[in-house]
Amino acid sequence: MTDQDEILKLAKALRAATPEPDGAAKAAALARAMENFDRLQGSADPSRQTSDRPMRAGFWTGIATMLNSLTSRGALAATASVAALAFGVVLTAQYAAPPTGPVIPLSKVTANELAAATTETRTEPSRDTALAATPGDAAKPASPLPPAPPALDDRVVAQAPAEMLAGQDAMAMPIEEAEAQRSARERKQIAEDGTLLLGRADEVDMTTMAPAPMADAPAGGEVVAGLVAPATLVMPDPQMIPEPDTEAYPDFDTNPVKLTAEEPVSTFSIDVDTASYAVIRSSLMGGYLPPPDAVRIEEMVNYFPYDYAAPEADEAPFKASVTVMAAPWNSGKQLVQIGLQGRLPAVAERPPLNLVFLIDTSGSMEDANKLPLLKQSLRLMLGQLRPQDQVAMVVYAGSAGEVLPPTAASDQAAILGALDRLAAGGSTAGAEGLELAYRVAEQMKSDGEVSRILLATDGDFNVGLSDPEGLEAYIAKKRETGTYLSVLGFGRGNLDDATTQALAQAGNGTAAYIDTLQEAQKVLVDQLTGALFPIADDVKIQVEWNPAAVAEWRLIGYETRALEREDFNNDRVDAGEIGAGHTVTAIYEITAPDSPALSVDPLRYGEAAATGAEGELGFLRLRYKEPGEDVSKLLEVPVMPGMGTVGPDQNFAAAIAGFGQLLTDAKYLGDWGWDDAVALALESRGEDPFGYRAEAISMMRLAQTLSAN
Amino acid sequence: MLMETADETLATAAAQGDRAAFAILLARHYDRVFRLAFRLTGRRADAEDLAQDICAALPSKLRGWRGDARFTTWLYRVTMNAAEDLRRRQATRTRAASGWGDWEIARQDEIVEGREAERWLAEAMTKLPPDLRDTVALVLGEELTQGETAQVLGLSEGTVAWRMSEVKRRLKAVLAEEAK
Repeated sequence: MTDQDEILKLAKALRAATPEPDGAAKAAALARAMENFDRLQGSADPSRQTSDRPMRAGFWTGIATMLNSLTSRGALAATASVAALAFGVVLTAQYAAPPTGPVIPLSKVTANELAAATTETRTEPSRDTALAATPGDAAKPASPLPPAPPALDDRVVAQAPAEMLAGQDAMAMPIEEAEAQRSARERKQIAEDGTLLLGRADEVDMTTMAPAPMADAPAGGEVVAGLVAPATLVMPDPQMIPEPDTEAYPDFDTNPVKLTAEEPVSTFSIDVDTASYAVIRSSLMGGYLPPPDAVRIEEMVNYFPYDYAAPEADEAPFKASVTVMAAPWNSGKQLVQIGLQGRLPAVAERPPLNLVFLIDTSGSMEDANKLPLLKQSLRLMLGQLRPQDQVAMVVYAGSAGEVLPPTAASDQAAILGALDRLAAGGSTAGAEGLELAYRVAEQMKSDGEVSRILLATDGDFNVGLSDPEGLEAYIAKKRETGTYLSVLGFGRGNLDDATTQALAQAGNGTAAYIDTLQEAQKVLVDQLTGALFPIADDVKIQVEWNPAAVAEWRLIGYETRALEREDFNNDRVDAGEIGAGHTVTAIYEITAPDSPALSVDPLRYGEAAATGAEGELGFLRLRYKEPGEDVSKLLEVPVMPGMGTVGPDQNFAAAIAGFGQLLTDAKYLGDWGWDDAVALALESRGEDPFGYRAEAISMMRLAQTLSAN
Repeated sequence: MLMETADETLATAAAQGDRAAFAILLARHYDRVFRLAFRLTGRRADAEDLAQDICAALPSKLRGWRGDARFTTWLYRVTMNAAEDLRRRQATRTRAASGWGDWEIARQDEIVEGREAERWLAEAMTKLPPDLRDTVALVLGEELTQGETAQVLGLSEGTVAWRMSEVKRRLKAVLAEEAK
């Protein structure tokens, strides 16, 4: 016998002797843990102790007591079938209703956590409806409940049945009942597809947590009604009762194909925001497809850095590179990519910065992915500042206040101290906070310096004097005085994407959505210079297509940035700005007059003979203002066939444009689908030093899986 | 990267009061805690008590979570400490050689064919002093590397390696005795 044999024997025996955990013991332990967790939270925040539903407590205690005390086989079977049915709800509900609820902070959940997720099922809003409705067979195990003794502590009660369900679910019990088998089958089915589950488990929360919208959900109603009943056994935690999802996105229609003969000119403002991409990512990671209105293709494309030629020192502050390539999704069409590269001024020469952090500390910001993430993000950013930069901090919640007077960035202790003291609470008075922030910013400004307000919020501007339009006008007015505004969006649930975007647009700033610390790194550290130093304001793009060479054209994305043709030359019309080192990409899809891919047949009568300069596809005009100037300058570039070199950047941008279209309206893509998008992105991933592109490919795969259902 | 939120991320969120993160973390790791507790105590009832104590203490323990180790390492450490406390408490009321000894006694009259492995295990574990038993529970039970075990126990890797060789030596003695 060798040395190893004894050890192996011991290891084997040790593992064989270890019993499976007992479901009831586990449930009890988990319930204790949650109880203590809540108590601990409660001691820090007295408001958590209150329950707004004391009347119900007795009923739920009854169930808890029953589940805890019954040990007969029948009772175990009954509870197990409840678990099974609760599980059924999960599936049904998520098919039936779109995710309308808020996303809980940590949304990536896998098979192992299904039990836990079931525990999370809180159905308060739908409970009454469900109980009122005839429970049907589904609810039978739950119906003959004994009357309950009064509750001792309704928080325990809240947790116990849920934990119990989870416990039973996880337990290896010999149950022959059909429900139990079904439970196992369904679980297995789910477990086989890990990615799907990402969303599933999470959507337990979202669908069942969704209050009113759930009832309104099309098609969902009837299917859900019967099945929801068992899930109502799970008592909601008062703190987790969700508010209705109030996310708002700007409405727009996808840009259609235009006929050059009828409308040869396309005019739009550039957009350097990237918020949409991060919102999409957060949705996909949460396990559901983003609402189509949240998908702004130009922001997805512009999320990624591209290696366009940079302007020479004596040229305009940015340079346009035009590339013409075959459309990946249709060999009869071409893509014209217009890439703008902003000059990167020598970093050492940058003027001192005056930054005012305007921080939303309203109650809705207390989630882990809001205020705590915001604090971490700003800490990251502080490292990038110079001693001569100045930082001030204004918070708003109920009332607005200056929590950090203008302080030199070198005084890290004071800044970090002020950051640490931030705590969420109260409602939002955004307008008041904003006015204060502008006052502080103006105090800080001296000649030649850049002042910028960084507004960090979850978009909750609902208390206060101003409506979003009034705020927007106010910000636009302040922009004229040289103080810019950027918006950092945090968290989901009441993210007001439309307002966020509008405010940043009015403030000549960027809107970014920060969902992870990595995103904070990208926005606030890697791209800090671009985000804070405008090199060209009011950048507008106008392309005139040559009817002789282009019969049809379509601008991909930029729907929310469209300008009237006459706005192009009107310097009073606001447009986007380019920051130092920014790249901006716009993609057109064009169709030649003789292409078989034309979507509109030529007119039989009366079509004017196409006239235009031979050889040119179109003519690109760009207008921009130097920062602080009132009069715009003009750049002109003719678009020639076969212009530019098609490299990984162009292909990747095309893949992302395809990705965006697949997420919204893929009607122009024909048979080109997710596999093609992934393949194109994969082969054009290029160097990808920050891993942004690799992440995008993961997103595509996830979206593909999610859209397959 | 997409499959599962890292334990460490969940722990940090839970430490900051994220209830859902805490619930997921618990559901994910209860079984692990229970199994280690069993391998340390050798008694189901003790293991369940221990696991429950650990769960109950976890919310406040998490306040001390600094995110400087892997969550499982941290959790093993918490479990080991709790087991040590339990042992100390038991030592005051019963005999010092608690744990696997009791288990073995309780099993004595149930020994039938097929239980041979368990009987042998109990005997072997009883013959090991507590520190070697702990090491065995982590290295053989949890299949940690010696480096990970050292981290959990706060020892050097060399000490863990030495302990395992000591375990081997003692097992050999047990086997030799059996062979007699």
